[in-house]
Amino acid sequence: MRRRSALPGFGLTMGYTLVYLALIVLIPLATLVLKTAELSPAALWELATSRRAMASYRVTFGASFVAAIINVVFGTLLAWTLVRYKFTGRGVLDAIVDIPFALPTAVSGLALTAVLAPNGWIGRFLTPLGIAAVFTPLGITLALTFIGLPFVVRTVQPVLEELEPEVEEAAAVLGATRRQTLTRVILPTLTPALLTGFALAFARAIGEYGSVVFISGNKQYETEITPLLIMTRLEQFDYAGATALGLVMLVVSFAMLLAINGLGAWSRRRAGHA
Amino acid sequence: MIEPSAVAATSEPVWVRRIVIAIAVGFVGLFVVVPLAAVFGEALRNGLAAYGNAIVDPIALAAIKLTFLAAGVAVPLNVVFGIAASWAIARFRFAGRSVLITVIDLPLAVSPVIAGMLFILLFGKHGLVGPWVADHGIKIVFALPGIVLATIFVTFPFVARELIPLMESQGAEEEEAAIVLGASGWQTFVRVTLPKIKWGLLYGVVLCTARAMGEFGAVSVVSGHIRGRTNTLPLHVEILYNEYEYQAAFAVASLLAILALVSLVARRVIARRVESP
Repeated sequence: MRRRSALPGFGLTMGYTLVYLALIVLIPLATLVLKTAELSPAALWELATSRRAMASYRVTFGASFVAAIINVVFGTLLAWTLVRYKFTGRGVLDAIVDIPFALPTAVSGLALTAVLAPNGWIGRFLTPLGIAAVFTPLGITLALTFIGLPFVVRTVQPVLEELEPEVEEAAAVLGATRRQTLTRVILPTLTPALLTGFALAFARAIGEYGSVVFISGNKQYETEITPLLIMTRLEQFDYAGATALGLVMLVVSFAMLLAINGLGAWSRRRAGHA
Repeated sequence: MIEPSAVAATSEPVWVRRIVIAIAVGFVGLFVVVPLAAVFGEALRNGLAAYGNAIVDPIALAAIKLTFLAAGVAVPLNVVFGIAASWAIARFRFAGRSVLITVIDLPLAVSPVIAGMLFILLFGKHGLVGPWVADHGIKIVFALPGIVLATIFVTFPFVARELIPLMESQGAEEEEAAIVLGASGWQTFVRVTLPKIKWGLLYGVVLCTARAMGEFGAVSVVSGHIRGRTNTLPLHVEILYNEYEYQAAFAVASLLAILALVSLVARRVIARRVESP
């Protein structure tokens, strides 16, 4: 099975790895599949596509998609700023980008609800404009944007750092305007990283729970995300309903994981040729 | 010095740069700094005494204890796993290696709520082995073991993910030399490998601990929310908030925020050591 290496310990470490992996990850995941198999396909379909389930997918995937798009735009701008421009406070800005990733989701949710509430630090300026963020899909989108921000920045940043200045100089020497260099030279090189960042932010957002429940208000059909609906089903001991929804989410999540791995491979090839 | 024309062609005019920087700083300020500041602002709204009271409240203290206990069990177990997995994966070539790496990452792709649900489906009253476990007088779901299991699941890959690429980049020559010179496998690991990977390991431990203490969704599913017994700090925040104890909720949340900021600073310091040991 193995080749190379005069080192000992393969059997022991591999054995331990597989046993621990099976106990913590594989057996629990297999349980979900087994529990789904107890349902007839028709029952499973009905549970997974009920009106309330469909409404929750719309909220979850819609808000996650918009949030990931916002992150691609502002995340790229942030990465560009951090890599290309020198200014006081750049190190601090770079550190702050990691805060959404480090902050426990419950704290993020509470913090965003506090500032966006009608009397909150930001909400009080939105209310006169007729914008309500708390208990609306807008609030959910903002919460998902918050938690997804570091993913795009940290994916695009290293690619920008590796970008050879010679390429831009060559483009300039050959008569390209700055705008042409940006759109025809830099943007194509960044594309795999942008897509990866988008996919990471989106994948994180669809499963998110803690930062959303405080701000969403959890109104059925309007602001109920799928993870919350799963939680509700579990609290009502409706395990079949929870399992069906869980399966849908799991399939989407694993598809995203495969897409992200594929994008990573593409990105590395692209970087190798650049 | 570069010619002015070259600067103009490979960078943006000063005013464009200023606008871009302003947008970047404004976005992060409004989106990240203001909410974080609001946590501390709300926590201290009724003064320091009220802040202190919310934290020394017996139920809050019980939540703090449980949070440390769960992390204290989950993190060491994931450290042992991370070291074993990275030794097997980074030091040997075998069939299915890249599949194994992907499978180790799976928990990161699973929604926390679903992670918690898996353990309910396994150990709950109507779960796969739930009845058997109950017959033997073991409580897993709505008790400490369930909280620990959910925490282990969500922090599962953190140490392994740090160590596998680090050990791969370092290569195995020094370990091989130690073995050829007669060192035992354990001696080689403790004296040769461990000193080489210690900063990377520490980085993984900080990441793992921070996530373990802050986990909300997965733990929320399996906890059962029994006050003073199965409530971790993040769950306590939610309960206080739902009971309109806003100031107390923010006070407890500020503890978690401080924890997160400390972990962030620690990670930055350690990351520099990983790059230049």
